[in-house]
Amino acid sequence: MPADVKEQRIFVASQWQLMWWRFRKHKVAVASAVVVVGFYLAVLGADFLAYSDPNASEAQRSLMPPQRIYWFDGWRFGPYVYALKGGRDPQTFKRVYKADPSQKIPIRFFARGFEYYFLGVIPANRHLIGVDEGLDAAQTIFVLGTDVQGRDLWSRLMFGTRISLTIGLLGVTASLILGVVLGGLSGFYGGIADTVIQRIIEILRSIPTIPLWMGLAAALPREWSVLQVYFAITVIISLLGWTELARVVRGRFLSMREEDFVVSARLVGCTQMRTIFVHMVPSFMSHIIAATTLALPAMIISETALSFLGLGLRPPAISWGVLLQQAQNVQTVAISPWLMLPAVPVIIAVMAFNFLGDGLRDAADPY
Amino acid sequence: MLAYIGRRAVLAIFTVWAISVLSFAIIQLPPGDYVTSYIAQMASMGSVVTDEEAANLRIQYGLGQPIYVQYLKWMKLIVRGNFGMSMEWRRPVTEVIGERLWLTVVVSVAALILTWALALPIGIYSAVRQYSPGDYLATFVGFIGLAVPNFLLALVLLYLGFVFFNAHIGGLFSPELQDAPWSWVRVWDLLKHLPIPAVILGLAGTAQQIRIMRANLLDELRKPYVVTARSKGLPETRVILKYPVRVALNPFASTIGYTLPYIVSGSIIVSLVLGLPTVGPLLLKALIAQDMFLAGTIVLLLGVMTVIGTLVSDILLVWIDPRIRLEET
Repeated sequence: MPADVKEQRIFVASQWQLMWWRFRKHKVAVASAVVVVGFYLAVLGADFLAYSDPNASEAQRSLMPPQRIYWFDGWRFGPYVYALKGGRDPQTFKRVYKADPSQKIPIRFFARGFEYYFLGVIPANRHLIGVDEGLDAAQTIFVLGTDVQGRDLWSRLMFGTRISLTIGLLGVTASLILGVVLGGLSGFYGGIADTVIQRIIEILRSIPTIPLWMGLAAALPREWSVLQVYFAITVIISLLGWTELARVVRGRFLSMREEDFVVSARLVGCTQMRTIFVHMVPSFMSHIIAATTLALPAMIISETALSFLGLGLRPPAISWGVLLQQAQNVQTVAISPWLMLPAVPVIIAVMAFNFLGDGLRDAADPY
Repeated sequence: MLAYIGRRAVLAIFTVWAISVLSFAIIQLPPGDYVTSYIAQMASMGSVVTDEEAANLRIQYGLGQPIYVQYLKWMKLIVRGNFGMSMEWRRPVTEVIGERLWLTVVVSVAALILTWALALPIGIYSAVRQYSPGDYLATFVGFIGLAVPNFLLALVLLYLGFVFFNAHIGGLFSPELQDAPWSWVRVWDLLKHLPIPAVILGLAGTAQQIRIMRANLLDELRKPYVVTARSKGLPETRVILKYPVRVALNPFASTIGYTLPYIVSGSIIVSLVLGLPTVGPLLLKALIAQDMFLAGTIVLLLGVMTVIGTLVSDILLVWIDPRIRLEET
């Protein structure tokens, strides 16, 4: 394309198009976007990706190490595993598992397994991987090993991803609402409202959050259901997470209040609501999206930390923090290091959201 | 300048008040009180608490009164330096917390000092040698530092220490000095154990400060006064350290106020993983047992500590940046 045509394209492009072009240049951010989409696909299809019931426990399968998968059967692609036999080490009385080379178990794709509702509505029983009819996947495949109660770690990780990532998303939505309303009030009206809200933010930010969260979380009644605790934790982490978003929104409102287009909107007689939501909000929407993405990792880490301490989500709920609770003890981890694996998705997700947020923030102002 | 510090001090007092109300409210939130959990605890051990005994306990701890009365009573005691009784330990709260609070301060301050000591030179280097391998390395380590929650980092280090050195790297003292009285040997032992928790706690903050320092300094380095200084023939180190670094330090100092609460927060959870004798493990136990005076006092003291730290950083900021001084006069 000749240079002048390219230039003209820039002049006629819409704001969102400019942002997209700018965003595309940030390669790491684009890759992170793919990772984030992948994570949320896993959230939707957790039961499809899991191959055994995450709560099926059995002492006979306690603390199995991740199983070796043989990808090629001779020269042909045909993944299989060996059946495992459990026994006790006569000296240490530890459970040990031995592969039985005489029993080859082929891994099937899209195999039948436990029943579930895909996306919550469509009854299904197909899973990404599984074993032949007549065998139980929970008894035979252990891609990432098992925990103390003999539950399959891979399957639990899939369900944990669902809870950890949605709790982050809900938490950030709640803080977004709080942040936009309070930040908007603060920036649009100024005066006493601004002073009061700014002081509240300063006070909240100078309080060490974890002790506060611990206090709030410990206050949740023990007899609450999983769902109640889930929403309560969401509220707790969002209560303290809105300050940063409010700061961004306030800054935008302040800088925009005196802009020509806002003044003229007011002069032609737009109502305040209309001025705010039709004229002002769309012009800093992109900034809000970027700030929201950057706020998500903190939410994920908070939930993980609280559940890790045993104050957040509690079993039978499964989240990354709940899974990591089993890795609290060094002795346990030294014997079964695979229990630390749930840390990997935490780190990847946090990094991906950080890079994505960075890219979005750079793209938010494409001029 | 005095007016500015005065205003910050008033805000700090407000913050302390808000923290005291919040910490007291939190402790009051759980259904039931200490006596209910005491009865449950006794029942699990096979003994029964009679209704009369329960009523006596409630009177003894003043649990039956309205909440605001309990709060005022608590505040009155605190002003006299009496933080109440720990119901679980049956000893004064101050005694239970003991040196743990000071160890929390020591660990947090060590992490803060480490944050500055690392972030300042690395940030300057990254900005001056932008896009050099060293800059990329700093950025990479920075991102890891931001992405790995500190308790996971503690867990991984603990695991590596266990597997490769067969040593337990947690704790703040060697086992034989655990309960020893203070002596130079014990102080030295503490200093030897301090780097690992300090690094774990400081890493995320360091990563953030490096990015702030780098970005600020890059902005400053492009300004004409730097070119002027250079063309006057000043040596390069002097050009950089004398002017742009000082200007770039301003936002650096103003974030201390937010770094300190963050580090203190982190120290609670990292202490649990590393088994540090700070107030962290105590707080968790107190919260679970609904030992309200103990838990409330810990949250309050941690809050007060950070508020003081923030105030110090505000004063530092005025000292570093003359513009704030001028604005106020």
